Amino acid sequence: MASANAISQTGPVRFWDRLNISTKRVIWAWAFLAVPIIFYAGIRFYPTFQAFWLSLTNWDLLRPAQFIGFANYQKMFADPVFWKVFQNTFLYLIIGTPVSLVISFVIAYYLDRVKLMHGFIRALYFLPFLTTAAAMGWVWRWFYQPVPIGVINGFLSSVGIPQQPFLRSVDQALFSILIPAIWAGLGFQIIIFMAGLRAIPSTFYEAAKIDGLGDWAILRKITIPLLKPTTVFLVVFSSIGFLRIFDQVYNMTSNDPGGPLNSTKPLVLMIYQTAFSSYQMGYAAAQTVVLFTILLIVSLLQLYVLREKK
Amino acid sequence: MRKAYVAGLAAGISFIAMGAARAVEIEYWQYVFDSRVQAMDQLIEKFEAANPDITVKQTTFPYADYQTRVVAAKVAGQGPDVVQLFYGWTDQFVNGGLIQPLDPAVFPHEEIEADFFPIVSAMKRGDDYYGLPTAVRSLALFYNKALLDEAGVEPPQTLDELLAVAEATTKRDGSGNITTAGITMDMAGQDHHWWREVLVRQNGGVPYDAEGNVAYNDAAGAAALKFYTDLQTEKKVGLVGFMDEGQAAFRAGLAAMTIDGTFRLGAFADNPFEWGVVELPADANGMRSNYSSYFANGIGATSTGEELAAAQKFLQYISSPEAMEIWLETVGELPARRDVALTEANLADPIRGPFLKGLEYAQTTQFYDEAAQRQTAIDMVNRVLLEGQSIEDSLAQAATAEQAIIDQGRQ
Repeated sequence: MASANAISQTGPVRFWDRLNISTKRVIWAWAFLAVPIIFYAGIRFYPTFQAFWLSLTNWDLLRPAQFIGFANYQKMFADPVFWKVFQNTFLYLIIGTPVSLVISFVIAYYLDRVKLMHGFIRALYFLPFLTTAAAMGWVWRWFYQPVPIGVINGFLSSVGIPQQPFLRSVDQALFSILIPAIWAGLGFQIIIFMAGLRAIPSTFYEAAKIDGLGDWAILRKITIPLLKPTTVFLVVFSSIGFLRIFDQVYNMTSNDPGGPLNSTKPLVLMIYQTAFSSYQMGYAAAQTVVLFTILLIVSLLQLYVLREKK
Repeated sequence: MRKAYVAGLAAGISFIAMGAARAVEIEYWQYVFDSRVQAMDQLIEKFEAANPDITVKQTTFPYADYQTRVVAAKVAGQGPDVVQLFYGWTDQFVNGGLIQPLDPAVFPHEEIEADFFPIVSAMKRGDDYYGLPTAVRSLALFYNKALLDEAGVEPPQTLDELLAVAEATTKRDGSGNITTAGITMDMAGQDHHWWREVLVRQNGGVPYDAEGNVAYNDAAGAAALKFYTDLQTEKKVGLVGFMDEGQAAFRAGLAAMTIDGTFRLGAFADNPFEWGVVELPADANGMRSNYSSYFANGIGATSTGEELAAAQKFLQYISSPEAMEIWLETVGELPARRDVALTEANLADPIRGPFLKGLEYAQTTQFYDEAAQRQTAIDMVNRVLLEGQSIEDSLAQAATAEQAIIDQGRQ
């Protein structure tokens, strides 16, 4: 064994010795980089491309996949439920992202000036982010119940307002789910915004004050423009989060997932049901391709809009 | 010296191992549910004692993963020898080549048809049976004795009495909100079976025709749907979503009646109030119906030779009267053989009795995709209650949606 190694080593060793130091460095760097790249290629990229192929088949787990062209896509675009789900997904995004960013910025902006019990208040805001989405979903689900157990309806009834259906309404359910979803993400966004605020050099503010600028002008001319990298990061991060919303919806409507009448169903939940409840893997793959495309477009669009103007 | 000793020991062990290898090992698969796993452990122990040359290995998976695991194992060529499946999955399992037909020489059709409840026919495809159940489930009306006594009413026997009892037991606050429901309304629970196989039939219709196509889109279906939604809109004795789930409302003592299955007996056992069970209410003419379902055991497609023989023996044992008694005691599910189920003692039992009587006239829906078909029933009721759609339109829309699922399932 040992002698066999010694013989085979002579070739490569000589070849290795002939290389100069910078080439060696590059080879070493790539050798280390190869591990995560191979891992990613196997775990992420290969399945992604496989999904593109699957979306053109009628695979149902049991029988071998047959190529059926774009039949899954035709079926999907002709399905009113898909368009409803598509609309829901964008509602989560276009309401969830701006609302959560505005609230978290306002809180971070004022929290930054609070000195009294600063750490404690910050911890309170961060706490929901640490909570499991499933547990939180169930707590809110019970908050929204009708009387006699629903806390919110109990309060409404006691002050003489008729009780609201919340999760049992096709109009209110989506917003009822968005509220805890936004609340859960606030802690993280506040922390990031505060870090961004702290990173703005105080000399800018001092200079502005000397020039006699008011608070509003300072906010508009200095704080918000200089926070741009933070904002870009949070917009992309939170958009992807809302586009992929699942836990809150599934846990708050698990008797009728995405209901009532699909009024809260996001794309991810539809994919989950198609794949793991109806076992239509090909159709689910087609839906996944659509989600992938949306995520890609939204991310690129945001990076373009919020890009650094040189 | 020591080396020789160790070698000798190793040789001895391998000799014993060879002896053990001559015995057949078969694998049994079911999903994780505590009492079911315990019951199966008992059955395996007794079976192995009677058949020392066969060992049975029980493998379990969480319910949510179960079907996927069976399929994945088939793809990998390592399927179980005996496998548990819901009767509604039979088409998928047969089409996917996961299970094989039962050999009529070992499981004669006349005996199956004479001894088991007729619902076992749901396991038949063409001329072949693909599995046999150990236990079956049926529905009944659970009632809260304390709430009925308080209102001074008796458990209902007919649908009219059901409405009267529900009205008498419903409590409302000053704004008219329900604080105690007369009856739970939960299509996501068992109510969709009650609607499909009981209410539609009691109104003179059938849910599906002889070919298995949707047949409830008529006056009978509309009357059945109206009866159900009227509970909330007209009679105001129930509210969909009250206490989140029907069974939760009943357990909390905030609902006087709920329709549920035998499998709920365990969960209701420690309710902090007295409760009872009666058969599902009859219509005005005394006509009753019920929905029954079951998990059957089938033989894996990959099982051959002496493993197949062992698997057949094991399936015979777990479908035997003795196994059914053990299952009834441990799990609480009803025996699938008539003579084991319909004993004097069982029929006289205040809890088992109503469920057993229900089995005599029970129907078994042939599902293609149970979750999706249930969803059509949930949506049908929601369209009427939440969007104010007319009964007829909602019914027609549900019929179209469900027929599409059935057509898809047949492909």
